[in-house]
Amino acid sequence: MRYLPGAILVLALLMLASLTVGAASVDLTTIRQDPYAMLVLLESRLPRTLAVALTGSALAVAGVVLQSLVRNRFVGPETTGTAESAALGLLAITILAPGAPIWARMGVASLAAMAGTALFVTIIRRLPVREVMLVPIAGLVLAGVLRAIATFIGWQTDLLQYVDGWLMAGEFSGVIAGRYELLWIAALAAGLAWFAADRFAILGLGDQVATGLGLSVRAVMRLGLAVVAVVMAMVMTTVGLIPFLGLVVPNIVARIMGDNLRASIPVVAVFGAALLLACDLIGRLIRYPYEIPVGTILGVIGAAIFLWMLYARPARG
Amino acid sequence: MIRIEDVSHSIGPARILHDIRTGFPKGRLTALIGPNGAGKSTLVRLVGRLENLQSGRISVDGHDLALTQTLELARVMAILGQDTAIASRLRVRELVAFGRWPHHNGRPRADDHARVETALENFALTQLADRFLDEISGGQAQRAHIAMCFAQDTPWLLLDEPLNNLDMSHSRALMQRVSDLVRRQGRSVVMVVHEINYAAAWADHIIAMKDGRIMAEGDPDTVLNQRTLSELYDADVQVSRHQDRPLVLHHA
Ligand SMILES: Nc1ncnc2c1ncn2[C@@H]1O[C@H](COP(=O)(O)OP(=O)(O)O)[C@@H](O)[C@H]1O
Ligand SMILES: [Mg+2]
Repeated sequence: MRYLPGAILVLALLMLASLTVGAASVDLTTIRQDPYAMLVLLESRLPRTLAVALTGSALAVAGVVLQSLVRNRFVGPETTGTAESAALGLLAITILAPGAPIWARMGVASLAAMAGTALFVTIIRRLPVREVMLVPIAGLVLAGVLRAIATFIGWQTDLLQYVDGWLMAGEFSGVIAGRYELLWIAALAAGLAWFAADRFAILGLGDQVATGLGLSVRAVMRLGLAVVAVVMAMVMTTVGLIPFLGLVVPNIVARIMGDNLRASIPVVAVFGAALLLACDLIGRLIRYPYEIPVGTILGVIGAAIFLWMLYARPARG
Repeated sequence: MIRIEDVSHSIGPARILHDIRTGFPKGRLTALIGPNGAGKSTLVRLVGRLENLQSGRISVDGHDLALTQTLELARVMAILGQDTAIASRLRVRELVAFGRWPHHNGRPRADDHARVETALENFALTQLADRFLDEISGGQAQRAHIAMCFAQDTPWLLLDEPLNNLDMSHSRALMQRVSDLVRRQGRSVVMVVHEINYAAAWADHIIAMKDGRIMAEGDPDTVLNQRTLSELYDADVQVSRHQDRPLVLHHA
């Protein structure tokens, strides 16, 4: 628990910075006398800051859950075909029921994401456990195939721009009040994962130990799949694909704190939010007042961290 | 009493167990012996419901495996699998503490913490309690897994080759601890034993398996004789006696 206060402090500072950085100046000390600044804060800065933080923590927690389901540290929710499956689901409902309300679209996206993730987990569980690197490769192949199918259907039905929108590198510049609230559902799903943290930790010990301790392996799998799918569907439709976050954050935290998920999930959530906020801030500052998408920044930083991870501990899964 | 009635098991076309019909007596230390591939682990895994029952019936103290919730069974028996390798990065104490999970479902009480500390002490793990499992030796990790099973604190304990990786003194300490559980606390233990003299020295009841069948069962003096053992292992085996127990000599 001793890492949590420090992580929260860093996150709070980053959130404060995120509220004040941008094209219009917002001074938090005089904001009560400045209706325009107040408007910018409430309609744009605060929603954006919350959206980044919610996305970062939900994705990082989804990463922990996914890694314990497949018992492999080299996967993240963005490398398993989950987002591509959600895109296929959205595509299907856009074609078949164009007028469907938002909750129906989200429901279909989540179910499709769950089906795709379940497919991935089923494939993975048939691979020999010792083939650590086959797991991420299988995920990338599956994601590639699903993406190709989505692109093909999108092209045939003139919906390609939507597909591209869902599966492009994510960014938060379009976030304003009223356009990010679905992310709270993602955060709720991550909260559910914390509630069931012991179950995921026990599942990570293997099916045998889990069964021996009286857990239903299938029930825990279903719960985990639902968490990952809901998080990915909400994030993808609101901000697009965020690379590496769900992969690297759980790894770094596990190195330091281990896999006692009840203790580590809160740290993962705070760290995920802080890392994404930092990347978003860098993207906003580096070519101020223009923006570089956070997905691009994270692509560079995340790839570096991932390489370091591979070299620093190659042997263990 | 664990009853096993007409249990057969196949993997693909291969028949692993043939109509096994036997029982593990309550309040006793039962040893399963036999050559590699005899089906001992398969039988233990079936009893521990780690493998789905294909045919026949198994009951533990009257709980039919097919009809009992897995969580309820986790309070009746603890099982240590033969393969204990895990990828998780847990501290020794955290692993042992999961043994209490069937009793508290995530809300441990003082009593649960106390039992975890006792289990750590019993297996000389207190010094290592805060180390990660991937930073200790194989034998130490094996002791941590056994400690988790003990912390589960169930009337039945199923151990598949628990002496794997353990040195002589820790092997003897484990056998002493197990035998203590049986004689002082009335628990029942079933263990697959590779080194036959541990069975000879400590077991109350021995079941000898070969080729998916039970070849002999009974008390050590009945089963551990020259003829049965030579046939069981397809090797020339001598049986002598030591401290009023059989002693098996198998160097040629
Ligand atoms: N996954 C499997 N596929 C095919 N055969 C298996 C598998 N697992 C075990 N077996 C076979 O089942 C038989 C019994 O194995 P096991 O119960 O592990 O024996 P023991 O524990 O007595 O050494 C062996 O002949 C083994 O080769
Ligand atoms: Mg075996």
